[in-house]
Amino acid sequence: MIFHAIFFYLFAGITVASAVMVIASRNPVHSVLFLILAFVNAAGLFVLMGAEFLAMILIVVYVGAVAVLFLFVVMMLDVDFAELRRGFISYLPIGGLVGAMLLAELLIIVGAWVIGPEVTKAITSPIPPAAEIPNTQALGLVLYTRYVYFFQAAGVILLVAMIGAIVLTLQHKPNVRRQIIADQVARHKASAIEIVKVKSGQGLS
Amino acid sequence: MIIGLGHYLSVAATVFTLGVLGIFLNRKNVIVILMSIELILLSVNINLVAFSTFLGDIVGQVYALIVLTVAAAEAAIGLAILVAYFRNRGSIAVDDINLMKG
Repeated sequence: MIFHAIFFYLFAGITVASAVMVIASRNPVHSVLFLILAFVNAAGLFVLMGAEFLAMILIVVYVGAVAVLFLFVVMMLDVDFAELRRGFISYLPIGGLVGAMLLAELLIIVGAWVIGPEVTKAITSPIPPAAEIPNTQALGLVLYTRYVYFFQAAGVILLVAMIGAIVLTLQHKPNVRRQIIADQVARHKASAIEIVKVKSGQGLS
Repeated sequence: MIIGLGHYLSVAATVFTLGVLGIFLNRKNVIVILMSIELILLSVNINLVAFSTFLGDIVGQVYALIVLTVAAAEAAIGLAILVAYFRNRGSIAVDDINLMKG
């Protein structure tokens, strides 16, 4: 139990500290790297809570895909980021005030709130004991049966996102020759080749 | 030293606040705003998984999976819009995005 507490405070502390650095760092590349650190430590928190599958998905999806996408875009765009940071200090007092109030309210809610007794009776699919069915299998048992429409909706969302990203970023340069398949298919023998009789020893002029 | 639901919820609340604060403080830089949105969605996921574990109901983890999907799609679309915008205007400052005078 003591290890649980030690690791909780380790992961939680690094998650919060790197979240601070994400919004406070001068260089956006550093922000992305701290975002990766925050996600990895949040995955550690998920493992502590017993959600191993989501922890691994968090690392694969966020660190492997989303954060690298951010890194690509940050490095691809040639932007003066120091110029974009102007106003950070001037927004800091009021922003800090609003943030402190929001955090205080959320923590008061977390501290003062208890789970009602009827909530625990309304559980639809309880988590099986981890010794019998591991977390990944338990998740799959409900995800592919009772929540299969959610699963398919997630797939549709990803498909729409993929098509949308392609449509948004695909561009046709004006002076690049492109393949026109209709023209290629419409060619026939008369327009494509010409037979010329060449007399011996003369060649074509 | 029992780590309970309240500890995890406190972490999630802190990360959520930092995300909101990030949007507030870096309101010229779209990339940091997108990263702040990712932080907010991460805190939502921590909340969902914490409730799922401590109530003993696995549906919370299914829902966290959906939130993860939406977050990935949002990042992809947001960055694609950013790249398209940068190509057209040569800038990503939020102050310059005023074509529609909204």
